[in-house]
Amino acid sequence: MNATNFEHKHSAHCESGVMSSMLRHHGLNLSEPMVFGLASALTFAYLPFIKMGGMPLVAYRSMPKSIIKNIQKNLNVTMKLETFSSKEKGEARLDELLSQGKIVGAQSSVYWLPYFPEEMRFHFNAHNLLVIGQDGDNYKISDPVFEFTQVCDKASLSKARFVKGVMAPKGLLYYPTFVPTEVDLKPIVVTSVKKVAKSMLNTPVPIAGLKGIKYLAKSIRKLGSKDKRYAKLFLGHIVRMQEEIGTGGAGFRYLYASFLQESSLLFDGDEILGEASRMLLKVGDEFREFALMIAKAIKSKNEIDFEAIAKKLDSIADEEKEVYVKLLEFRAKN
Amino acid sequence: MDINSVPQDDSSTYANNKKAIYARDEDGSVKVVGSSGWSVEETVTKQALRDLEERAALAYAEVKRGLKSPLYHHMYSIRMDLQVLADSTGFFKWTISKDFKPEVFAKISEKRLAVYAEAMGKTSEELKVLEEKNHERD
Repeated sequence: MNATNFEHKHSAHCESGVMSSMLRHHGLNLSEPMVFGLASALTFAYLPFIKMGGMPLVAYRSMPKSIIKNIQKNLNVTMKLETFSSKEKGEARLDELLSQGKIVGAQSSVYWLPYFPEEMRFHFNAHNLLVIGQDGDNYKISDPVFEFTQVCDKASLSKARFVKGVMAPKGLLYYPTFVPTEVDLKPIVVTSVKKVAKSMLNTPVPIAGLKGIKYLAKSIRKLGSKDKRYAKLFLGHIVRMQEEIGTGGAGFRYLYASFLQESSLLFDGDEILGEASRMLLKVGDEFREFALMIAKAIKSKNEIDFEAIAKKLDSIADEEKEVYVKLLEFRAKN
Repeated sequence: MDINSVPQDDSSTYANNKKAIYARDEDGSVKVVGSSGWSVEETVTKQALRDLEERAALAYAEVKRGLKSPLYHHMYSIRMDLQVLADSTGFFKWTISKDFKPEVFAKISEKRLAVYAEAMGKTSEELKVLEEKNHERD
């Protein structure tokens, strides 16, 4: 059975994409950037003590599931989240929900999804997708980071839903049980924008927000004394966390800039939000230049200028700071 | 970024898929554009893949020479490392390391082997042998 009238949309990020599509399907039409913004999902964290594939965690957005939870809280949506003690129960429940004509969000590993490009299949367990229908042993999938809908066989999807380890999905399925059709977005925009600006500017810990970006720059400066192979892998890792499907730092700056632009229109073309949006687009461009510097350094046979790379990142942090300072000037006019 | 600057580098890592990028059109409004790839991203993705392949190739040679059990190569060939395998099986790292010894692995219980098989998406029989493979491109 397939959910009727479902519209697949191509998104920059899996969780905001799933939530946007899910809400739209239930009558609340919010763009992906709106969902991302209203969930205050923009952040930065550098966690050198948490290793993934031997490399420290660099995150350009909030923790997995935080978009689902924040949207639920901020928009008065009621979501049902279910995890399972066994694969069999998890499979049966998915089939049951689909037979009711529901579209169902699921958390999965990337590695075990056969429709992912072979060269993109890494062991990352916090991917999100929508199951929108079933045809025998195949599921129809709306994976928001893909341009078109995909098909995935039952065994593979189960494997991907029930991997163990860091951020294990435990078969997580989610769907709304109540979605309001009318929401006054303005007050939510005001509070969520302030929340992002404040947390990026004033985190109490040196590993998050703008301080986290500076801390990462400091670690890059220290790479000169490290093994060269490791140094290159670490630099490449920073860019992968920034650019690869579902994690993209520069991409998230663009996504949030789009949210700020949409919000500006909501407030009759508010100039502060409009200006902050343009500034953040520029920051996104700077992140891409930073990525380009690293790609060149990795390919080059010459000594790597770690200082230049670190300096670039420092200047991005300074530029991004101006965006949040600007956002704190924002006052809702009525 | 302007819509016209969104890279369209046909990266092999995208395998003919497109990634959604938010970029600014002529009127200054930000919207989704599909990108067929970016050489910068391709460089770092392939760097990570190459690192995994090199580890798998080294493991292959060690198994071939009888220094390690086939399990050791299987781990790398599915892009895992000791940490990920430990997370995926629930086994302690030091007990997995013991199973990398050919003489220990030869006597592994069917039950323990089945846990590896489930976590690694292979059959117990497949795990016992070293696949014949060319490590040029894995």
